[in-house]
Amino acid sequence: MTAVLTVEGLTKEFGGVRAVDELGFTISEGAIFSIIGPNGAGKTTLFNLITGVYTPTEGRVFFGGEFIGGKTPYNLADMGLSRTFQNLQIFMNMTAVENVMVGLHRHLDKRIDHALFRIGGMARKEREAREKAAELMAFVGLGQYVNHDAASMSYGALKRLEIARALATGPRLLLLDEPAAGLNPSETGEIDELIRKVSESGVTVALVEHDMHLVMGISDHILVLDYGRKLTEGTAEHVRHDPEVIAAYLGSEAAAVKG
Amino acid sequence: MTLKHPSTGGLLILAVIIAILPSILPNNFYMDVAIRIGLNAIVCIGLNLLIGYAGQISLGHAGFVGLGAYGSAILTGEFGWPAIPAMLVTALFVALLAFVLARPVLRLKGHFLAMATLGMGIIISIVLNTEARWTGGPDGMAVQPMMFFEYMVFGEAVWYWIVGAALLIAVWLSLNLIDSPVGRALRAVHGSEVAAEVCGVNTTQYKVKVFVISAVFASVSGSMLAHYGAFVSPEDASFFRSIELVTMVVLGGMASTYGAVVGATILTILPQALARFEDLEHMVFGLILMLTMIFMPKGLVPTLSAKFRRSPVKVEAESEAQGGGAT
Ligand SMILES: Nc1ncnc2c1ncn2[C@@H]1O[C@H](COP(=O)(O)OP(=O)(O)OP(=O)(O)O)[C@@H](O)[C@H]1O
Ligand SMILES: [Mg+2]
Repeated sequence: MTAVLTVEGLTKEFGGVRAVDELGFTISEGAIFSIIGPNGAGKTTLFNLITGVYTPTEGRVFFGGEFIGGKTPYNLADMGLSRTFQNLQIFMNMTAVENVMVGLHRHLDKRIDHALFRIGGMARKEREAREKAAELMAFVGLGQYVNHDAASMSYGALKRLEIARALATGPRLLLLDEPAAGLNPSETGEIDELIRKVSESGVTVALVEHDMHLVMGISDHILVLDYGRKLTEGTAEHVRHDPEVIAAYLGSEAAAVKG
Repeated sequence: MTLKHPSTGGLLILAVIIAILPSILPNNFYMDVAIRIGLNAIVCIGLNLLIGYAGQISLGHAGFVGLGAYGSAILTGEFGWPAIPAMLVTALFVALLAFVLARPVLRLKGHFLAMATLGMGIIISIVLNTEARWTGGPDGMAVQPMMFFEYMVFGEAVWYWIVGAALLIAVWLSLNLIDSPVGRALRAVHGSEVAAEVCGVNTTQYKVKVFVISAVFASVSGSMLAHYGAFVSPEDASFFRSIELVTMVVLGGMASTYGAVVGATILTILPQALARFEDLEHMVFGLILMLTMIFMPKGLVPTLSAKFRRSPVKVEAESEAQGGGAT
């Protein structure tokens, strides 16, 4: 199987604390690859490193076989890397559909003269972009919210809006940082379905999630982090029975891991 | 569901207002105020793209107005250039300067950006004050009237229409820009820089672009101001002028093109009304800025339009429910 993403010896220090510690793994094309671990394990930091939001202290990341060190998030978006955020990063100063249209940015006409004078077929291109964005909103189940102000939407709807926006960039690899956090069981079920739908559409998914029921059911491969290090990785079956994982999760989540 | 477009009907209303205003205004004093409203509004529309839409502050934009004014004054006066090429070359120069300044300055955020742009405005104002050989120093300098081939553009009656047309063009450009991929990228920078970047938006590049555009709006307005007033002085580029401009944008409404026009209108008229209490002017501006931030942080036009929009939104929601998602 082709590797979409390869991480080698990745390390990030924050003032002496190693949030990510010599981490290595590979995500295969088409997989749903989950990353789990207790709070503060370094999952979000890992996503920030992969997407160019943070610069690694050490280590290398390859995306589609290409070394991506030093690339900015917008370079990586152009290459087909997209993500959502654990703490929502919605453009609250726009409508829902405009949020998704920002996701389409790299496919749109960015010429300033075309924009200022509304020439070069701008009116038509904008209409098409809006339709495309509305389709994506329907895909994530937000069809009825197209012209709503983002600021007026519920938390659950905004979680999905972020997914629609991320999909709009046309990703090869989509990183989802806790898409089900703060959702009720029925909403979580819908997110589960949505992730499967995204995966079926040919997008490789990397998923960070605390909901073990969701993770165990959906993942092709699971990576377990603790204190920035890899505890273990493998199938749900393998991870579920790993004594170290059970030890790390002692407490509230242990039962869920055991299933 | 209709995929509607933000209305440009406002542009038509503005055109009608501009068209009928001269028949209402009793004399040239009022025409003069109207012209100055238009000139300020053009600067504010540009500044609003920067502050209201992209979320970047500038406390030095009067500097660009001043450069536009002096550029035109010097090129037409000292070098005998025709007014239009002088205005364009000045705008180009200001664009280049803004471009060079933007990268280091817009890397800063919050108060640091405010301080840096403040410094930029002050430096421009000092240069205009001290390079007396070119600028006439603190006394300012007289400006040649604008010649349009053989025709001399002179007097309120003519300038009114020129500024009115320029204002309409500025509003049109701003509305177009906002409702385009570039405009959304600017708003995305305001909404969440990290999310904008992840969506493929080179945020630094867009900040630079909007800074340059807003500087050009200011420069062109300054050029017209110079020819219209037949005189330029470092006052036009002063720190207080920069604060006035920001107050206009904030009062009228962040992220509202028409808000910028409304803000410019109110705060251009106000000093005329307060003319007898000149010392109060600065205080009143400060007070308006404070009160707006406390009680109406979104500014007049967005606050009022949200009030009026409440019912149409409800209607839309109902029709959606009946339409059953016929997207
Ligand atoms: N920008 C930062 N500056 C300093 N320390 C940071 C920063 N970002 C993360 N950390 C630290 O790095 C460690 C890993 O944090 P991270 O957010 O990656 O954890 P996480 O696995 O995503 O946790 P959670 O499940 O709670 O989201 C934590 O100790 C955190 O305090
Ligand atoms: Mg996290």
